[in-house]
Amino acid sequence: MKLSELAKMINGSILVGRDQPDLVIDRAFAADLLSDVLALTEEQTTLVTGMINPQVMRVAEILNVTAVIFVRGKVPPQALIEYATKLDIPLVATKKTMFEACGLMYANGVRPCRSRSVCEMSDC
Amino acid sequence: MKHTIRAGDVAHGGSASARIKMELIQAGVDATTARRAGIVAFEGEMNLIVYSDNGGTISVAVKPHAVVIDVVDTGPGIEDIDLAMTPGYSTAPDWATDLGFGAGMGLINMQKHSDRFEIHSQIGTGTAIQCWIERKGDWAMKRQEAS
Repeated sequence: MKLSELAKMINGSILVGRDQPDLVIDRAFAADLLSDVLALTEEQTTLVTGMINPQVMRVAEILNVTAVIFVRGKVPPQALIEYATKLDIPLVATKKTMFEACGLMYANGVRPCRSRSVCEMSDC
Repeated sequence: MKHTIRAGDVAHGGSASARIKMELIQAGVDATTARRAGIVAFEGEMNLIVYSDNGGTISVAVKPHAVVIDVVDTGPGIEDIDLAMTPGYSTAPDWATDLGFGAGMGLINMQKHSDRFEIHSQIGTGTAIQCWIERKGDWAMKRQEAS
């Protein structure tokens, strides 16, 4: 699925990345806990989150995230948008809940990133 | 490369780690190793911000076969390291969990993204963590070049 198609499907606004409408979004991970994002997200994954603090973009930068989708009507501060612009990481904001956004994405072919369970991270 | 991290400095949380990742790429470290090192540094940085009394330092050394990251603070120290390494166990304050941290995965993340992980801690003295991240991507590239 292309970035522009995804934004339209979830009634989202592209805050950063209007110049990349054809960017392919094929894998995603959704969480608010950034520790879980750090633990479980693989390369080239789109992050779906309700967190809009600066740490989200720093995590996205370190993990080589493809794009970030902010759910529940959260609009990130201007400084975060500018940082994402500098990093060239597309941002989309939608009023849909995380559940709804993920459901629509999954129904339209976006799949989970190849993630390890928490148990694979430890000896449980 | 040595970065000083201040306790409670949430506003800059993660910025040193983002710089570390960029510096590693600039130093010629492969992207996969730099990403793993970035994750290790990020968790170490947030631990210093959230838990340390006086902040601490993150030192990064680029060796021929590995990136070595040392995260050191001067207290308070970890009473029970095994408990701290249990998934989900956390003593994080509410302000940290509000930011999406304190899920009880920090030390585990550091260990799992390292090829060698050592932690020493003493109450009243502090905690020292050393992580070795092998430059596997660089080896793969060199093997490809040689073949």
